[in-house]
Amino acid sequence: MADPMKIRATMAGDKVEVRVLMSHEMETGQRKDSKGATIPAWFIQNVTATHNGKTVLSAEWGPAVSKNPFLSFKFAGGKPGDKVVITWTDNKGDKRTDEATIS
Amino acid sequence: MNSGRRKVLQGTSGMAVMGIAMAAGLFKPGSAWAQAGWNKAAFDTKSLNDAVKAMGGGAAAESKDITITSPDIAENGAVVPFTISSKLPKTEQLAILVEKNPNILAASFNIPDGTEPQVNTRVKMGQTSNVIALVKADGKFYYASKEVKVTLGGCGG
Repeated sequence: MADPMKIRATMAGDKVEVRVLMSHEMETGQRKDSKGATIPAWFIQNVTATHNGKTVLSAEWGPAVSKNPFLSFKFAGGKPGDKVVITWTDNKGDKRTDEATIS
Repeated sequence: MNSGRRKVLQGTSGMAVMGIAMAAGLFKPGSAWAQAGWNKAAFDTKSLNDAVKAMGGGAAAESKDITITSPDIAENGAVVPFTISSKLPKTEQLAILVEKNPNILAASFNIPDGTEPQVNTRVKMGQTSNVIALVKADGKFYYASKEVKVTLGGCGG
């Protein structure tokens, strides 16, 4: 299981600003190891953020997203104390879900 | 006698659970690409036009309502921060494309109602290239591009 995400959800005016730092290798499938064999691609494909069961952002990523991906976005309709849940799935089928409370 | 029978029952029910889990796709050995909800065709494309087609659009029009915020010169191509935002009404989707990467599409975001059409993320760039922000608004595709110079590539090495 991958390391937990770091999620910050704060009020910015009337919107909620969410910042996520995920821990993932994001291997492109382009690199070669010391023996010249290609290192297989391993990257996050889908990211979904929900607030009170409603999807506030969904993303599809390719291997070009940086290692340990960072993502930030804003959505309306949240209030302090609400929970924001983020889930990612990588191309090996591994999954991780973490949540944060809006402050 | 009885306890033996119990063990057998437990054993079989355990196997059944495994079988169901396998069928439900919880364990997918080797099927790395067979993920639902991931537009493989779009991520395989090499040019803006092909990427737009794979996302189900016609041709993309250039728009001044899309902003790309990034460094002009990226020292490290492995981590180039980008903020893309759109002022187009009914923005549904934002995507970041790097023209000279092996595959042009880096990331795509679906923006539901109530979410600001602005995302900030970090992508890899193999070399100096035009970066394109692609926006789907009201069913049509628009783009803006910006050149970012890379002094150290983010792919290979």
